[in-house]
Amino acid sequence: MNTSKKWLLDFVDLDCTDKEFADEMTLSGSKVEAFAVEGSELSNIVTGKIESLEKHPDSDHMWICKVNVGKETLQIVTGAQNLKTGDVVPVALDNSVVHGGKEIKKGTLRGTESCGMLCSLGELGLTAHDFPYAIENGIFVLGDDCDKTLGIDIREAIGLNDTVTEFEITSNRPDCLSILGLAREAAATFKKPLKVHEPKVNFSGKDVHDFLSVDILNPDRCYRYCGAVVENVRVKPSPRWMRERLRACGVRPINNIVDITNYVMLEYGQPMHAFDLRFLKGGSVIVRLAKNGEQITTLDGIERELNDSMLVIADEEKPVAVAGVMGGEYSGIMDDTNTIVFESACFNGPTTRLTAKALGMRTEASGRYEKELDPAACMPAILRALELVEQLDAGDVVTGIIDCDKSTHERRTLPFKPDWVNNFIGIDVSADEQKKILEAIDFEVKDDVIYVPTFRGDIEHQADVSEEIARFYGYQNIPNRPLSGVANAKRTPAQNLERLISATLRASGLSEIATFSFISPKHYDKMRLPKDSDKRNSVVISNPLGEDTSVMRTTVIPSMLDVLSRNYNNRNESAALFELSNEYIPHGTEQLPDENEMVTLGMYGEGVDYYTLKGVVEAVFDACGIKGYDIEPLTDDPTFHPGRTAVITLCGKQLAILGEVHPLVLKNYDIGVKAYIGQIDFSMLLAYGDTDRKYTALPRFPATSRDLAFVCDIDLPVLKIEKMITEAVGDILESIKLFDVYVGAPILPGMKSVAFSIKMRAADRTLKDEEADCAMKRAIQALQAIGISLRS
Amino acid sequence: MKEQLEAIRAVAKDVLQSAATVQDLDAARVKYLKQMGKLSAEERPVIGQLANEIRADLEDRIAERMENIKAKLLEEKMNAEKIDVTMPSDAKPLGHKHPLSIVLDEVKEIFYGMGFSVASGPEIEWDYYNFEALNIPKNHPARDTQDTFYITENMLLRTQTSPCQIRVMEQQKPPIRVIAPGRVYRSDAVDATHSPIFHQIEGLVVDKGITMADLKGNLESFAKSLYGEDTKIRLRPHHFPFTEPSCEIDVSCFNCGGKGCPMCKGEGWIEILGGGMVHPKVLKNCGVDPDVYSGFAFGIGLERLVMFRFNIDDMRLLYENDVRFLNQF
Repeated sequence: MNTSKKWLLDFVDLDCTDKEFADEMTLSGSKVEAFAVEGSELSNIVTGKIESLEKHPDSDHMWICKVNVGKETLQIVTGAQNLKTGDVVPVALDNSVVHGGKEIKKGTLRGTESCGMLCSLGELGLTAHDFPYAIENGIFVLGDDCDKTLGIDIREAIGLNDTVTEFEITSNRPDCLSILGLAREAAATFKKPLKVHEPKVNFSGKDVHDFLSVDILNPDRCYRYCGAVVENVRVKPSPRWMRERLRACGVRPINNIVDITNYVMLEYGQPMHAFDLRFLKGGSVIVRLAKNGEQITTLDGIERELNDSMLVIADEEKPVAVAGVMGGEYSGIMDDTNTIVFESACFNGPTTRLTAKALGMRTEASGRYEKELDPAACMPAILRALELVEQLDAGDVVTGIIDCDKSTHERRTLPFKPDWVNNFIGIDVSADEQKKILEAIDFEVKDDVIYVPTFRGDIEHQADVSEEIARFYGYQNIPNRPLSGVANAKRTPAQNLERLISATLRASGLSEIATFSFISPKHYDKMRLPKDSDKRNSVVISNPLGEDTSVMRTTVIPSMLDVLSRNYNNRNESAALFELSNEYIPHGTEQLPDENEMVTLGMYGEGVDYYTLKGVVEAVFDACGIKGYDIEPLTDDPTFHPGRTAVITLCGKQLAILGEVHPLVLKNYDIGVKAYIGQIDFSMLLAYGDTDRKYTALPRFPATSRDLAFVCDIDLPVLKIEKMITEAVGDILESIKLFDVYVGAPILPGMKSVAFSIKMRAADRTLKDEEADCAMKRAIQALQAIGISLRS
Repeated sequence: MKEQLEAIRAVAKDVLQSAATVQDLDAARVKYLKQMGKLSAEERPVIGQLANEIRADLEDRIAERMENIKAKLLEEKMNAEKIDVTMPSDAKPLGHKHPLSIVLDEVKEIFYGMGFSVASGPEIEWDYYNFEALNIPKNHPARDTQDTFYITENMLLRTQTSPCQIRVMEQQKPPIRVIAPGRVYRSDAVDATHSPIFHQIEGLVVDKGITMADLKGNLESFAKSLYGEDTKIRLRPHHFPFTEPSCEIDVSCFNCGGKGCPMCKGEGWIEILGGGMVHPKVLKNCGVDPDVYSGFAFGIGLERLVMFRFNIDDMRLLYENDVRFLNQF
């Protein structure tokens, strides 16, 4: 909401600077976003009178003017054709600045000295809406509504000197979407009286009932409808002061009738509408629900289909306006309009909002109605409009106002409980002081009862009252009390594990990323998910920003692939990344989806291979205390390379997968190098991890080592041999380590040699050589039993 | 005989002095100590004492010479082992925490220190928790300011972390002291200052006798911990449907200390959070008796804190995850 300072001063006397005003209003709850003095970009532009005009000798369109700017007469060359002797115009002197920051200096035009520039409306930042008698493609010739004293600042002369303050008004305060409402807040803030204006209308005779009838068929949707009639309308531009104030509030002046409706809306916060009586069949205003399929062409020229959830203003035959939203095309004010009807009505908020939304036209009026306006404002607003009609001589006001009023006018009451307020806010403000604060904003306090003004629909509870007290007492005056008492703050096991995983991964050289939780469903194709994969069943956003962000991901892998791709295409030589984030698995519409936390790893770059990634995964397992897991080749996950991917399971459940990304997937993501992705299920780490550590006594007896090499099928996973050795050696096994894999002569084709270093130790004695040999014999026999022979 | 011994001593002394290697020294030792050993049985008692003296003297000299030679050898060896200590290391670089996590962890630590636990709630939420229980009924105009992604009529992507307030109060009886950080969603197109996904940190305190003075004191402590002891806070009245009174909270600009600078747009203050006293209706919705308990709640926008902290001028950088960006933290 933009406001004019000149306008506010009608209602409250303020003697502070613009900055003080902005600061104090902000602290009392009317937040000032910005304030600016109109025309502040202009400088050194004054009024000047054309004393003489003569054709430029070397130009067929330029004029040499002698311009009287008060203390001197200047020679200025202009190309404009709309000037005559005696005109008073804006003169940009030497070293002046016009709209847009353009600097004007003395110069010569076709050999003739020009000591400045004569200005158009545009050069002052104005349009013909601000001065309807002026033309836009010529010099602005000041009219009689301007101060024509020569040599004065142009801003003073034409009234381009208001302070515009922009307020952010919250949705609970529609009363502050008005000059009057903000003046009330300002008066209370600065402890000044509010100067209330009571509109007075003289009326010209005749009876409004002879022109108009009003009927409300749906009183639950329309609380009040006030109608008045003005005949012999004289449509013309409004006076300068009105145009000026509208402009300051960001509203374009049109003509006196339209301007009056806008002016009253801005002043009282009450939307107004004007109909041409010619198009109201039977002079009837019927407030009713639309019929399904009924049509209306609204003021913006668009034909709209209505339904029976929408309230309309209709005559005997047809809707002429969508109630509280927008008028119909033919009901507006035209040049030949003679008799008009003013509407000042109050409609239900939520349904007006729904109607506006359904028709896709949120208007200034609907934006106000949706916040629930005060039915009591209808009458003063229409009176003010009629007063202005008379004041502007815009027509003859027919006597009487039709007031179809279904509202109660009852003020809400709340018990006056100053102690409650003090206890709730943590202050000590006397009952008397609290009463004064409330009265300053038009609440009445009588016999320990608070009567809430009707325009404050937001005040429903003691807590609301306490806010009123607190904001005028001053939030800054509330003491700061540090929290007392003790509380038991502890990280949960999951939170501890997250920290541990993140620290481990960073120590392993991986950096953390953050990606969007929604993706394009196209990713499922790009990552080659089978058509019938469960993972294609996503939580779908019904109103997404676009296809790219339309489903909640069922896997974090595409997000990681995207980031790897972006880094690759940004020519980053390598990347090693991780994210702790959710995948979302739907469960129909009656149950919230599962949000599964996953640890997703991704990397590419020189020296990075499957085993690099495997090392990182093992580091996480080690940190989390995951033991006894099983790792097997995974050959049928279409996202991964069938020969370079593993699945890790624990207690029969999948714990992780990791591998090289399938070449076709790399291609789909435009990644030109091998990339590796791993994913660990956080819930598994949480369920099976064990970070409790207990000390085991250091060994007191020496270890015995043996190396063994076997020859086996080239495709046999070494883990299988390792496990058999482990089992065969039994308790005395301390560690087993693969140290060589060899393929080639003399090993037969299709076979490989694998060599292990085996360390054995007993806790209670020195192992005898025979014991170690015996254990080796058991291992060899076990392997021979499945056709794996000792390398000779 | 005596002269003979002294002669041996004199010669040996010179020879030992000039022995350059361990081998030379060993040879000298053998040679001269052997000569000493040739004393006859008759001579021994007579000049035994002198002989012993000279032997001990020679042995000391040998040991001393041996130390010198070894030290020299070691020095030569180390000289040969010299490396260029300025050559690059082969250390694997450490990974980096995401800037969002850096600041979030810091915020969490501050609140842990003030006795807050950390809770979480679902990102895909029921309309009831995101709106209705928070005193935002259907068709409330406040819904328009939070453009919501819907899944079904009743299921949505939470627009704020405030539903965590409801979930915490449903599960836990007062006293409550909790923060709930997490992702929130609003249908804002991506630009330098908007993202359809961002992070909030919700805070909730419910107990007997909680007042707005507690809110002020608590959030001032938070601001001082985050930005330094000299930080001040300023509360401005505002409106949120689920708190009453409500406020927006500014901190004195951590760049200029409140004098006014480009970062605070000359204001001296930077808005970092919103909050207020939990609306009695909200307490009631969660089965907490507003006549017995009161509370305050607040919400912090994490991205804002992060962008101010690291001087990041474009929110998109946070979600693009270019390693050249990530490596800076």
